[in-house]
Amino acid sequence: MSERIDVSIEHKHAPAEDGGRPHPNTCPDCGSHYRDDELEANLRVCPHCGHHFPVHARDRILQLADDNSFAEEAAELRSDDPLGFFDLRPYTERLAEAELSTGLGEAMVIGRAAIEEQPCELAVMEFGFMGGSMGRVVGEKFARACESAAERGVPLVSVTASGGARMQEGILSLMQLPKTVCAVEDLHDSGGTLISVMAHPTTAGVLASFASLGDVIVAEPGALLSFTGPRVVQQTTREKLPEDFGRAEANFRHGHVDAIVPRPELRPTVGKLLRLFANGA
Amino acid sequence: MAREAELRLREQLSKLKSLPLLRGARLEGDLERLQRQLDHLVAEPTDDEIWHSVELARHEDRPYTLDYVERLLEDWFELHGDRHHGDDAALVAGLGRFRGRTIVLVGNQKGRDVKERTRRNFGMAYPEGYGKAMRAMELADGHGFPLLSLVDIPGAYPGVTAEQHGQGGAIARAQSLMARLRVPVVTCVIGEGGSGGAIATALADRVLMQENAIYTVISPEGCAAILWRDAGEARKAAAAFKPDAAHCLELGVIDAVVPEPEPGAHAAYDEAARLLGDALAESLEIFEGVSGEDLCRQRRVRFRTIGQVSATR
Repeated sequence: MSERIDVSIEHKHAPAEDGGRPHPNTCPDCGSHYRDDELEANLRVCPHCGHHFPVHARDRILQLADDNSFAEEAAELRSDDPLGFFDLRPYTERLAEAELSTGLGEAMVIGRAAIEEQPCELAVMEFGFMGGSMGRVVGEKFARACESAAERGVPLVSVTASGGARMQEGILSLMQLPKTVCAVEDLHDSGGTLISVMAHPTTAGVLASFASLGDVIVAEPGALLSFTGPRVVQQTTREKLPEDFGRAEANFRHGHVDAIVPRPELRPTVGKLLRLFANGA
Repeated sequence: MAREAELRLREQLSKLKSLPLLRGARLEGDLERLQRQLDHLVAEPTDDEIWHSVELARHEDRPYTLDYVERLLEDWFELHGDRHHGDDAALVAGLGRFRGRTIVLVGNQKGRDVKERTRRNFGMAYPEGYGKAMRAMELADGHGFPLLSLVDIPGAYPGVTAEQHGQGGAIARAQSLMARLRVPVVTCVIGEGGSGGAIATALADRVLMQENAIYTVISPEGCAAILWRDAGEARKAAAAFKPDAAHCLELGVIDAVVPEPEPGAHAAYDEAARLLGDALAESLEIFEGVSGEDLCRQRRVRFRTIGQVSATR
């Protein structure tokens, strides 16, 4: 009784909050539980087992970019509701709620930045905003990021975390695939570079468009990178799935990504790539 | 916003009335059909009509790519294999002569009977299929042949090996190749335009849709399973995301609607093929004499500006 309880030590099966969902700071792999500051200090990687927790777009930018180097662009863009879409709730309500809970106007943040003193453009996705889904604003922001990178002659670094196209915008969300692909082609035609960082999860429409077109593609450990998710594949085919189905490690084995980069090495790795593409300048 | 949408719809309608469908529609019946289609456009399709399109797009007797190839192309020579490790029967590609000139055609292919359906994997391509399509596109580009693509795919195949062979990357690279082509590219959705599998061969200069085809970001069942948590609500999902040709035209996703014989293409293959052939020929004519560079640039602008958001909420 005299011993003080240290909440920072791992303790399995931390009490679940709101209806059985594990606490966001509880490691789903090893059950260790952390305070916010502990996770932040370790770039939101589990110090015990190395599990990579999700990173919000703003935090990702802080992790990657040089201090005070980030200048956001197109922050004012907001989605409207082109189809008047209503499922169990109106789309506009879901948008408003996502903005309130994430503090972001959409599921992607773009802007100028420098990484290890190398100037670049950043496009970072926020999974917390409607599953990082790509609708017209995400497509537009990515296209503008390509244009900004091309204009300034700097590489574009994208960090993806997305469940795919945003169903609530119907066929217009599918059109964001060719739109972002065309933007990458224009960037490449201008001599530009796309460095694609795939975080968990990079799936469906985002995997099937710009994210897969990086001149270099790196993935975070354990990230799910599959066009179709494991549950749907399982249900449709009734095939037995390999244990690491669709994970970064499986993608690496099959030749779809260049490297798996643990988060602490991500900034130096991207910095190195930016120096290489700048041809030693 | 509503006013803007209405104006755009009217603009689309007037374009449709003048060009290029009319030039291909020679018979009285065609004019009537066109008028009916326009009336249909002005009157918002009802939920039932939308679902009817879904059913017709999936009709088991609906003509498939090779049915049109047989009726529209001479000297068809089918290409096989992606030159890496396989030949995907769910996607066909080949050379043929269309109204006097050599073209390359790629198209999704479903099967008629159980055996063929299995062989063609219900029209759901593997990455090998996109690989074959890309080979055909490069061939077209290299020889200056126009590219026609017919889209009829429920969706990319959700399987283990499809993922292992890099489905997402294959779809992305097929699009990026299409964005680079220096030859005219015309696409028509002739049945199901299902998601990533469809867009892989649909980054075209001009995109058409048959009257009863659908073009979707996800199958109505898939959407219902996710948003309504019940695949049985597919009808509601379809009504909400509006995959029918009239709505796709209104949204500026497609450039024109290709009429079908009544009560649908399944009822009269020859007539459906003639109408499709006319629309494809009219579309190719538009790009006659346009330089490869301009084609490429305009194609990218087309996709850069579809449904562009300008306003803030």
